[in-house]
Amino acid sequence: MSDITAGAYEYSRTPSIGAVDNYLTHGRTLRSWLVTTDHKRIGILYALSITVFFFIGAIAMAIVRLDLITPAPDLVSDDTYNKLFTLHGIVMVWFFLIPSIPATFGNFMLPLMIGAKDVAFPRLNLTSWYLFVIGALFTIGCIVAGGVDTGWTFYTPYSSQYSHGFVIPAAAGVFITGFSSILTGLNFITTIHSLRTPGMHWFRLPLFVWAMYTTSAVMILATPVLAMTLLLMSAERFFGIPIFDPARGGDPLLFQHLFWFYSHPAVYIMILPAMGVVSEIFTCYARRRIFGYSFMVYCMVGIAVVGFFVWGHHMFVAGQSPFANLVFSFMSFVVAVPSAIKVFNWTATLYRGQITFESPFLYCLGFLWLFTFGGLTGLVLATVPLDVHLTDTYFVVAHFHYIMVGGSVSAFFAALHYWWPKITGRMYDEAWARFAAILMFFGFNLTFFPQFIMGYAGMPRRYHAYAPEFQIFHVLSTAGAAVLGAAYALPALYLLWSLRRGERAGPNPWCATGLEWQTESPPPRDNFRTPPVVVAAPYQYHSETHGPDYQHRDIERAQGTV
Amino acid sequence: MEIGNLFAEASQNAGVVDLDFLVLTIISMAIFLLVFTLVLVFCIRYRRGSNAKRGRLPEIMRREIEAGWTAGTVFLALFIFWWAVAAPAALQGQPAPALKIHIYAKQWMWQVEHPNGAREINTLHLPVGTPVHLLMTSQDVIHSFYVPAFRAKHDVLPDRIVELEFLPTKIGTFHLFCAEFCGTAHSQMTGQVIVMRQEDYAHWREVQPQSETLAAEGAALFHSLGCSGCHDPASAVHAPDLRGVFGHIVQLQGGRQVVADEAYVRDSILLPDKDIVAGFAPIMPSFSNVVNNGQIESLIAYIRSLSPQESAQ
Ligand code: HEC
Ligand SMILES: [Cu+2]
Ligand SMILES: [Cu+2]
Repeated sequence: MSDITAGAYEYSRTPSIGAVDNYLTHGRTLRSWLVTTDHKRIGILYALSITVFFFIGAIAMAIVRLDLITPAPDLVSDDTYNKLFTLHGIVMVWFFLIPSIPATFGNFMLPLMIGAKDVAFPRLNLTSWYLFVIGALFTIGCIVAGGVDTGWTFYTPYSSQYSHGFVIPAAAGVFITGFSSILTGLNFITTIHSLRTPGMHWFRLPLFVWAMYTTSAVMILATPVLAMTLLLMSAERFFGIPIFDPARGGDPLLFQHLFWFYSHPAVYIMILPAMGVVSEIFTCYARRRIFGYSFMVYCMVGIAVVGFFVWGHHMFVAGQSPFANLVFSFMSFVVAVPSAIKVFNWTATLYRGQITFESPFLYCLGFLWLFTFGGLTGLVLATVPLDVHLTDTYFVVAHFHYIMVGGSVSAFFAALHYWWPKITGRMYDEAWARFAAILMFFGFNLTFFPQFIMGYAGMPRRYHAYAPEFQIFHVLSTAGAAVLGAAYALPALYLLWSLRRGERAGPNPWCATGLEWQTESPPPRDNFRTPPVVVAAPYQYHSETHGPDYQHRDIERAQGTV
Repeated sequence: MEIGNLFAEASQNAGVVDLDFLVLTIISMAIFLLVFTLVLVFCIRYRRGSNAKRGRLPEIMRREIEAGWTAGTVFLALFIFWWAVAAPAALQGQPAPALKIHIYAKQWMWQVEHPNGAREINTLHLPVGTPVHLLMTSQDVIHSFYVPAFRAKHDVLPDRIVELEFLPTKIGTFHLFCAEFCGTAHSQMTGQVIVMRQEDYAHWREVQPQSETLAAEGAALFHSLGCSGCHDPASAVHAPDLRGVFGHIVQLQGGRQVVADEAYVRDSILLPDKDIVAGFAPIMPSFSNVVNNGQIESLIAYIRSLSPQESAQ
């Protein structure tokens, strides 16, 4: 391949030679999957595992939302209720969101996007997946044994002394899975440093690769702190070593500091990859170079760094000094700036584009809306006097779901639809996909917007029984959750359908410029038949001197390699 | 009854918080509208095949605009931060001979003790227009005292006394919630804040069963549990005389000093080895498996009554 502009299309017009010989046909036994070191297969192993967890977490929440239709705590017992929302939190955060984009699309796409054969440490990569599975088994064991009721935050001294749930197995699950994150991060960073194809300079990396790089850095630096925190908590619970117990000289707030030192950066582990995905997709469907490439990179690095200094904004009412509150509030305003700039740049990317509205782009528009909304409400929460009123209410619940579900999960689905043809070699039904994207957007807003209102009215989170005046909002929210549930289930159906019946996609159905599109779909075992060489910056959707035209797209479709 | 009113503002601070929120909402909506008007306009104007002008971006669009909105966002963020800090600062310096009320949180109830010793559970009576200063502690896990109508909240930690101040401005009944997850019945750890006219409050407080009754119970326990066997001034055992201890400074072994407040007395009974009074041997047994919470409250009330100016407060 000569370069990644016009020449790229040259390549993609040639019929895909090795349709039979690709990573999927390279060994068909179960064993060949379980001992695979192919980053693409590992990505798929992750995808299957997190899908299972997504549905476990969703079912837990479905029961909770049903219970919340009435103010009285009627459907399940108090303890069951507490266990359900804890399960939802633990599973969704550690077994779905954190691995979601990095471990699936990151694993699959990262080497392809930089023109590598695999990640730097393929066996370590498989080890990560096994660690994830072992952690997952602990978590499932904990659920089967009877569950845990501490909330995903494991606050002491409740978790270390008072809870009757299976705290230690739950913590062990998270602890072990944490190592899977750390190793994945390590692997990605090494891969990006050492396996870039000739010509792939740092500032020619697609933004998704930068997103993986910054995410990995955060994973490596933050996750050990989580491991440590959970160990200390377990030591107090199991051996009675007083670390957080104030009655014996411990510090009850220490736990929260440690926990949020990890868990705030964890939010960026979830959102940075989403930002990477959106940058790929906006450029592709607007046929436009990304606006302000280098700013986009600096913003991600900035978010990753500053993200480490805002953890105290979770503790404005916990009993931290007013001065600390001020500093953390300030840092939280600072970290909002790069996120805002990214939103502006995505918007500007659409300017003078040739926009088409395929489903991945629709999901990204949804992301933009929900992420911006979530981010702006984040400013509200960064303001100390407002946070005093709003923390631990549904306002916070709504805020972080806008970011983590509205943002990250929308981006996850965008990525799924964007790269599905590459991964499987098949096209899905576009009409259904658009319908699901729109349904998801409205379902999401119906679920979570009412929570802002009831939160401002003072509805505390994690409440099984509540005052009757909040009922209307809970009913709306539950109705929204039903719509959202349908929107999440739909892709499962038409994507599965596409596996058998879908049109063949050809190497580059979207006429996208990334290196991953310059090889067959599905890619061969070693990704590229001839190692690609990069001669230009990414997103060459139009020439320097002209705006984007679209003719080649139609030619491409007509001559498609179907 | 204000409880049905979702957005009742019942403290001096509430209005300030709501104003903050309003201003931030307006700024946010402006940003949001700006972004999404642009997105909408671009999506329509630059949809594929439309005959809008394309071509390369003007040079100014790249550098100036980028630098411009970066600076703009930084400035806006700093401005909001400064403004949010300045607003509550203006409130500070309330002239305050505040009403000091003790709150004891435990799974899953709020115990309240008024300055004259009047007690209540899961209700908090307050006079309107008087600054209130809550001194709160938890007996077990972390709870959080939250009155939405006051826009006031603070976590209540075990073994620490945390403070919360507010000034109720509206007569009515408001929700009291526990906002920090604290176990099985977290959502039932709720109560009511009843704000009354000042004279009603004074009257209400007077007719409450006073702590004298508690103190009497405590005195009886003090004998039946055998405390008096050591602590009676006439006793042969070398143990401190508890008269006048409450509310005063106690010298501890190792040179530390503490003020003998409720938490201290409670600890002395439950965890006597934690703080040893200077000059005494650590012979006092722990009563943690002997007395229940109610009995401790009575004992504390009794010991408090041994310090005349404290109990008269
Ligand atoms: C075996 C004798 C003994 C008994 C019984 C006993 N105490 Fe003590 N108590 C002591 C001694 C000695 C100290 C001082 C050393 C220390 O601080 O542990 C003390 C200290 C105290 C203090 C701290 C006094 C100060 O000056 O700071 C309080 C309060 C107290 N006891 C209350 C009680 C109560 C209430 C009971 C009954 C439930 C009780 N004690 C039973 C021996 C006893
Ligand atoms: Cu509580
Ligand atoms: Cu609680």
